[in-house]
Amino acid sequence: MEFAELIKTPRVDGVVLHRPLMPPVEGTLCLTGHHLILSSRQDNTEELWLLHSNIDAIEKRFVGSVGRIIVKCKDLRVIQLDIPGMEECINIASSTEALSTLDSISLTYPFFYRPMFEVVHDGWNCFRPHDAFKDLESMTDEWRLSDVNKDFSVCPSYPPLVAVPKGIDDEALRMAATFRHGGRFPVLSYYHKNNGMVMMRAAQPLTGTNGRRCKEDEKLINATLRPGKRGYVIDTRAINVAQQAKAKGGGFESEANYPQWRRIHKAIERSGVLQESLIKLVEACNDQSHNMDRWLSKLEASNWLGHVKEILTAACLAAQCIDREGASVLVHGTEGTDSTLQITSLAQIILDPGCRTIRGFQGLLEREWLQAGHPFRQRCAQSAYSNGKPRQEAPVFLLFLDCVWQILRQFPCSFEFGEAFLVLLFEHSYASQFGTFLGNSAAERAKLSVSDKTVSLWSWVNRPQELERLANPLYESNGLVIWPSVAPQSLLLWEGVFLRWNRSSRCADEAHEEMLHIIEYNKELQNRVNLLRRQLAQLETQDPLLQTP
Amino acid sequence: MMYTCPCCVSPNQERRQEWDFLDLKAEYTRMGIPNSLWKRSLVNQHYKVSDTYPAELFVPESTTPSVITGSSKFRSRGRFPTLSYYYKENRAAICRSSQPLSGFSARCVEDEQMLEAILRSNPHSDFMYVVDTRPKLNAMANRAAGKGYENEDNYSHIKFQFAAIENIHVMRNSQQKMLEVCELRSPSMSYFLEGLESSGWLKHIKAVLDAGIFIAKAVAEGVSVLVHCSDGWDRTAQVCSVACVLLDPYYRTIRGLMVLIEKDWVSFGHKFSHRCNHLNGDPKEVSPVIDQFLECVWQLMEQFPCAFEFNERFLITIHSHIYSCQYGNFIDNNQRGRAELLLCEKTHSLWHYLWTNRTDYTNLLYRPDHSHTQGLLRPSTAPCWFKFWRGLYNRFDRGMHPRQSVEDYLRAIQEETEQLEELLASHKQKISQLKEKQVWNCTPKSATLNKSPTAWVFGHDLGLANTPQDYMSSFLTISPCHLKTPRSSLTLSPQDLNKTYDSSHSNGSDQESGIADLSCRSPFRESTRDQDSDNAV
Repeated sequence: MEFAELIKTPRVDGVVLHRPLMPPVEGTLCLTGHHLILSSRQDNTEELWLLHSNIDAIEKRFVGSVGRIIVKCKDLRVIQLDIPGMEECINIASSTEALSTLDSISLTYPFFYRPMFEVVHDGWNCFRPHDAFKDLESMTDEWRLSDVNKDFSVCPSYPPLVAVPKGIDDEALRMAATFRHGGRFPVLSYYHKNNGMVMMRAAQPLTGTNGRRCKEDEKLINATLRPGKRGYVIDTRAINVAQQAKAKGGGFESEANYPQWRRIHKAIERSGVLQESLIKLVEACNDQSHNMDRWLSKLEASNWLGHVKEILTAACLAAQCIDREGASVLVHGTEGTDSTLQITSLAQIILDPGCRTIRGFQGLLEREWLQAGHPFRQRCAQSAYSNGKPRQEAPVFLLFLDCVWQILRQFPCSFEFGEAFLVLLFEHSYASQFGTFLGNSAAERAKLSVSDKTVSLWSWVNRPQELERLANPLYESNGLVIWPSVAPQSLLLWEGVFLRWNRSSRCADEAHEEMLHIIEYNKELQNRVNLLRRQLAQLETQDPLLQTP
Repeated sequence: MMYTCPCCVSPNQERRQEWDFLDLKAEYTRMGIPNSLWKRSLVNQHYKVSDTYPAELFVPESTTPSVITGSSKFRSRGRFPTLSYYYKENRAAICRSSQPLSGFSARCVEDEQMLEAILRSNPHSDFMYVVDTRPKLNAMANRAAGKGYENEDNYSHIKFQFAAIENIHVMRNSQQKMLEVCELRSPSMSYFLEGLESSGWLKHIKAVLDAGIFIAKAVAEGVSVLVHCSDGWDRTAQVCSVACVLLDPYYRTIRGLMVLIEKDWVSFGHKFSHRCNHLNGDPKEVSPVIDQFLECVWQLMEQFPCAFEFNERFLITIHSHIYSCQYGNFIDNNQRGRAELLLCEKTHSLWHYLWTNRTDYTNLLYRPDHSHTQGLLRPSTAPCWFKFWRGLYNRFDRGMHPRQSVEDYLRAIQEETEQLEELLASHKQKISQLKEKQVWNCTPKSATLNKSPTAWVFGHDLGLANTPQDYMSSFLTISPCHLKTPRSSLTLSPQDLNKTYDSSHSNGSDQESGIADLSCRSPFRESTRDQDSDNAV
């Protein structure tokens, strides 16, 4: 297919761009296969480059002979384009609509994008399972890396390599896979080196109404327990939801068949509810009425912060079981690709200082989201403005990022990265020139040869200039477990995402600069003092009188 | 009353000096008055015209004593229109008064002349605003009692405006509801937000700030404003002082905020003793009017992190002491009462104490030279920018606050920077001395700076960071069979976890901080009297 077929009017002059809090810009609008571009053709004004895939919804209206297009983006920005000429306006709107909803992944921008920067560290090679496993091997010999899923036949949403207990052979894994939803048998998610406890994740067991059981599955998860110890199963569904799942062939670990495991249910909502919540929240944030009651009741009705609180609480609980109770934990919900990953990844941020570095956080996203098979393509197909009937869309990843932001707010000195990194990840999970978040699983990405044909987001991020921008100047390595507060008073609306386009960030930016200034001046002084100290020491040793005792 | 004058160790002389630290006369001089347009009036010198006003007031140059007394007879409690703030850049002014006794049709020539004089003392404007900070309905109801508001037809060139701030009773109930919500042990998010909404607290804060913004904008545009409510000591004080903070960068400094509170609240007779329930008084007189002002300032600080010289701690300390009565500043209801109590001899002044300890209250990010921190502040007033003030209303629930404080971190860095500067200077000196081949027999050990500057900051708080909270409320949903299993030492029980939660909470009140923290969290409880009270005269 040629993009040209979809572009009916490639260029319109005299288009006026309106953005909140910024003066209007007049210029030429161009459509390319992947971008909507507005250029004023003056050097001093910024051009607008908008990825079609970032467009969530388009509305058109006519004011006299001027057509007006409201473009609502997945990063939650809303812009307005006034286009002279009815026909041009209709053409632009329909082309953008078609280009922003392409069906084929291989037509998306990452497959066309050529980096304008030198790739020093190829992000596709940075986070290999072997390397992560080497770290694990240095701590324990109880685990092995299994390639039972090397052709994605045992579990289509798992990566080719997974870490499993050493005593469990591939045949047992195949059996356990048949007993878990989508073949997602229990695998290692995290090894807590402080006490050797582990966190595993899986999908729900397929017990059904007649209480089916699977010896291999039981053996597999029991293999992670120390003699005489018990473990916890954290089921991310309310007990009644888990009960109902039995009717559809799903279920949960019964007391009788898993006597060494204690089950805790945490009610985390499923994707449809979360998407609804996002839509309501964004609607509330864009409400122009100056009515406090209305704002607070809309904020409450969206229940976004309620979801943040539930997810964080469940993650804290998992971390508490591991670190405080010295117990191993198995986490799952229904499919094990959404709330399960929120819990396992947040628990690691709480427990493992390594995950709070820029590199470590990337590794965490690779392991617990990308390799673990979170269906990014389905979940991030549309964002808060989409009018269409939601199919599989859900802000599962955004909620995770929001929870990380909440922890970051509470421990502002314990993360190597700042808020900007989280915002960047939110943007790129919905629309990107990089291939990292493409597809729903490792299998899909392998089939599309994503690592050969696209650039990794990590290649971009791990360049010195970008790392510097994303770094947190307050960072002081903190080797401790960090326990966030989950009280409603402690949880805030993430302004950097939800109010980003309706505020001027100038005041906040200047405060940030001031902070940087204080810290950099201190570093500079340290260097100068050290230099002088060395100089002084040298002079003193040269002084003959000082050397005589 | 004697109990509230606790520290009588130091001689009276010293105290007087403390009280001299803040001088309102100097503040009016700073504003640029008296001048050719405004003069000092001693008409209230013995509190004869208005017993709740200060002795010294500023009025338009042209006003005669008879106009003042005539106007004062037409205003509740004799509180005639007088100057609160003069904006020397464009000569516009904020004036304040109480409501006129207009009833349905009464007029007063002197009062009309008074407003005319205020208008004329601003040569650049041909009209002025009169802002009645009450909801229209309340103001109309007052007419039946022979009070009310200005009729635009009777006063030449005024534009009349209501600001719809609720009365003290509504505010009291609102705060009470809000405090009930934030005292709940682990409420759900919905419950908390619903409670916050139904308390109406943030709505009221927004109303006060909105009114302040209206006045500040009018003054910045060169139009003078007369502000009143009923008596002119609650809402009027709030709105005038909020407008001042928005207009004048001086009031965003440590000294400036103290002066502002002294001017618009203390001297103009905000009834601290009644509103803050210092003595066991009428519960209907109690109201968090000053809390709302402090909160408005805090909301502005959140929006303009570089515009204020002081930090959140400063506001919270002022708040504590307004209620604690450890210092004499907020005792009694007006200047006359305070003069009779000889407070400057018998008590200490909070302002002096705060100034002496100002390094604790300094905002390290303060940059008065930035373009947007100068002149008029233009805050966003969309509801989503108003936040719940956890730092004040949950201040003793330490577990709820960020476990690492950016401010403490920066302060540690700053202190280290100062040490480094000294070290740098001394090293330079030593090097030059050594270079001159002078003999040094002893080399003083330089301070060890290899340790992270923040080690001490975190050493303190990471104990807390290392304590999990109550994440276990879900245990109710465990299937029943689990409840029957005997508790082994290995299993997690809700009790155990509640214990960890409680132990983290027992850290809530700081055992070491002493008197300053004895002031109770809810202003409605009787304030704690000082232990040393038997020393009182």
